[in-house]
Amino acid sequence: MDSLDAFRRETRAWLETNCPVEMRTPVTGDDDICWGGRRWVFKSEAQKVWLERMAARGWTVPGWPQDYGGGGLSHEEVTILKEEMRAIGARSPLESFGIWMLGPALLAFGSEAQKQEHLPKIARGEIRWCQGYSEPNAGSDLASLQTRADDGGDHFVVTGSKIWTSYADKADMIFCLVRTDFSAPKHLGISFILFDMTAPGVSTKPILLISGKSPFCETFFDGVKVPKANLVGTLNRGWDIAKYLLTHEREMIGGGGGGLLGGRSPGQVAASEIGTDGQGRLADPFLRADAARAEVDALAFAATMTRYKDEAAAGGKGVGDKSSVLKYYGTELNKRRYELLMRAAGHEGLEWEGARTHDGERPRGWLRTKANSIEGGTSEVMLDIVAKRLLQLPNA
Amino acid sequence: MLVLNDDQMMLQDAARGFVTDTAPVAALRRIRDEKVAEGFDRDLWRAMAAMGWTGILVPEDQGGLGFGFVGAGILCEEMGRTLTASPFLSTAMMAATALSRAGSPAQKEHWLPAIVAGDAVIATAVDEGRRHDPAGTGMRAERHGNGFRLTGTKTYVVDGQAADAVLVAARTAGSAGEPGGISLFLVDAKARGLAVERLATLDSRGAAELTFDGVEVTADDVIGAVDDGHGLLEVVLGVGRAGLAAELSGNAQESFTRTMAYLKERKQFGRTIGAFQALQHRAAHLFCEVEIARSAVLAALQALDADPAGASLAVSVAKSKASSVARLAAQEAVQMHGGIGMTDAIDIGLFMKRMQVASTLYGDADFHADRVALARGF
Repeated sequence: MDSLDAFRRETRAWLETNCPVEMRTPVTGDDDICWGGRRWVFKSEAQKVWLERMAARGWTVPGWPQDYGGGGLSHEEVTILKEEMRAIGARSPLESFGIWMLGPALLAFGSEAQKQEHLPKIARGEIRWCQGYSEPNAGSDLASLQTRADDGGDHFVVTGSKIWTSYADKADMIFCLVRTDFSAPKHLGISFILFDMTAPGVSTKPILLISGKSPFCETFFDGVKVPKANLVGTLNRGWDIAKYLLTHEREMIGGGGGGLLGGRSPGQVAASEIGTDGQGRLADPFLRADAARAEVDALAFAATMTRYKDEAAAGGKGVGDKSSVLKYYGTELNKRRYELLMRAAGHEGLEWEGARTHDGERPRGWLRTKANSIEGGTSEVMLDIVAKRLLQLPNA
Repeated sequence: MLVLNDDQMMLQDAARGFVTDTAPVAALRRIRDEKVAEGFDRDLWRAMAAMGWTGILVPEDQGGLGFGFVGAGILCEEMGRTLTASPFLSTAMMAATALSRAGSPAQKEHWLPAIVAGDAVIATAVDEGRRHDPAGTGMRAERHGNGFRLTGTKTYVVDGQAADAVLVAARTAGSAGEPGGISLFLVDAKARGLAVERLATLDSRGAAELTFDGVEVTADDVIGAVDDGHGLLEVVLGVGRAGLAAELSGNAQESFTRTMAYLKERKQFGRTIGAFQALQHRAAHLFCEVEIARSAVLAALQALDADPAGASLAVSVAKSKASSVARLAAQEAVQMHGGIGMTDAIDIGLFMKRMQVASTLYGDADFHADRVALARGF
């Protein structure tokens, strides 16, 4: 305990000295988030300095081993670091699919050479990754994917297309599921490979969403040559890595849905926008009743995320299939949150462009949340996983 | 860490084994069918005392275990699984908290050893109408000589039918609706002018309506400060709410477990009904809700251990969530059991009945959602 207290004191002092004041204000738009990569243009000097200082300590990925650019911190220390960052309103120095997804996969399945090659660059924000999973005909049924990687001797030849590739048009590299055996059962012919998005034969096309934004792309591969050294894990066993990563992704998406860590809850937002009565109760009783229940659920859900992480740390294992609980509940909560925010907004939630509404930030955010219960596995797929794997209910 | 430590897990194992062997649902049926007047089994209560349960919240220097609220909540959760009837909540949690935090030396000396020994039952009398409303306390405590005279009626006093003493909230100043002006008294249940009417209850457990007709008490019977008892009352109620939330979590987990077993066993249309996706998704949703209620309960118990007076938000989250989740679990349990779920022969209905009582007591899901909203600024 004493050493953790000392760690907290040191961390607090270091953050106080090293976190630029500009990086202690709330994130107001997409470009306030630093994604890194070869083509990244820092929005400010402070954003650049903050990334460099945190990366130098390994604190962009505080739980990763120091050998690969991480901070080598324990579970408890990572929690303390996050608490201390939250206490001063410090922004995350770097967000990326490399940090969230590929890094954990390489730590679990990658060769030593692959870890040395890729992890430090992720930690420093030098390479931006995207994820090639879904295909036009392989959504919920991901394992039926058809993008092929044929044997070309010392390399694979990749042909096919992916969809819902997040920020593929801005990424430097892709981690991608491909079919390497068409005769095996569908789960046993898939491999997990890495390649450069600038390789000949790769093209991307952004998809315009109902929110008016294009965070996702269609991605096409036309005879892309990929060195065999870029195979992660064992040939035709890529589904194991995919499942591991999906678990990770679901935990992450569910966690984002709690919505209480960064911002205010919908009841709190509504109170500031609509006002309260003499006793401090939100002036709209119907909205208040729904917001109060959402508040209870959000706080109880936040406790669940903490409990699952603590249980996983205590047991020395990951969250496992319980990530489906977090993904399902967290995303449904986030949709509720935005429905409440839209009710609070009333007519102001109907404007799509204009400075007053930050270009319709709220309705666009509301529409964005509709994807939460689809991406990374639909709510229905999550409930299937809970029913079959956690509750052991029989197959139909 | 939002997990149980080794000592707490050992307590959980021991408690589960004990209630399963000694106080299963069949024991509650016996209390109901034989109309046991006290609403619980005295021998069982003494056995709990022998294991130290009655002293779980009593500090060690006062003869208890000082094990803390997480431990007490574990016992409530396990008793929730087996619908075990006992005065644990009223006496070992709420009264023990009031006495050990605010009792005078004489009150502690008189009552705490008796609680620990399993010889004393102490009920808490707060509500006066259909709604839980502690600040709405209207019962009068008029000054009379060096003491007070209590007049009024308290409804649904848990374990009031078996109590040796009653912790009662009454108004020494101010008017109903104001937190200020409430005082707490520890009144002997045999005091002249105190009438106890046992209620026949939905869950077959003990509760009574208490009528105070000019009951005379002395200044020594006050617990805490005169006119300023609301803070202590809220702490005592917070402990009761957390205990009920833990019990409701156990209730929900058990009716869920029994329902899952039924889904894997019952066959219709030539297959096990648990294979139907319509039921699978409802079961999976319910599982998620039960998991989330469990987390809220543990967070509340840990918050009480950290600071009983500062745990109000966490406790309200837990009581609100556990109340609504146990309700959902009971409804789904009856529906998924189908016709047999409506019969007295199987236990599911008993879980539903207890759920209704435990979720209503000391503030239902709405009462606590309102408090959560106020605490969060809306």
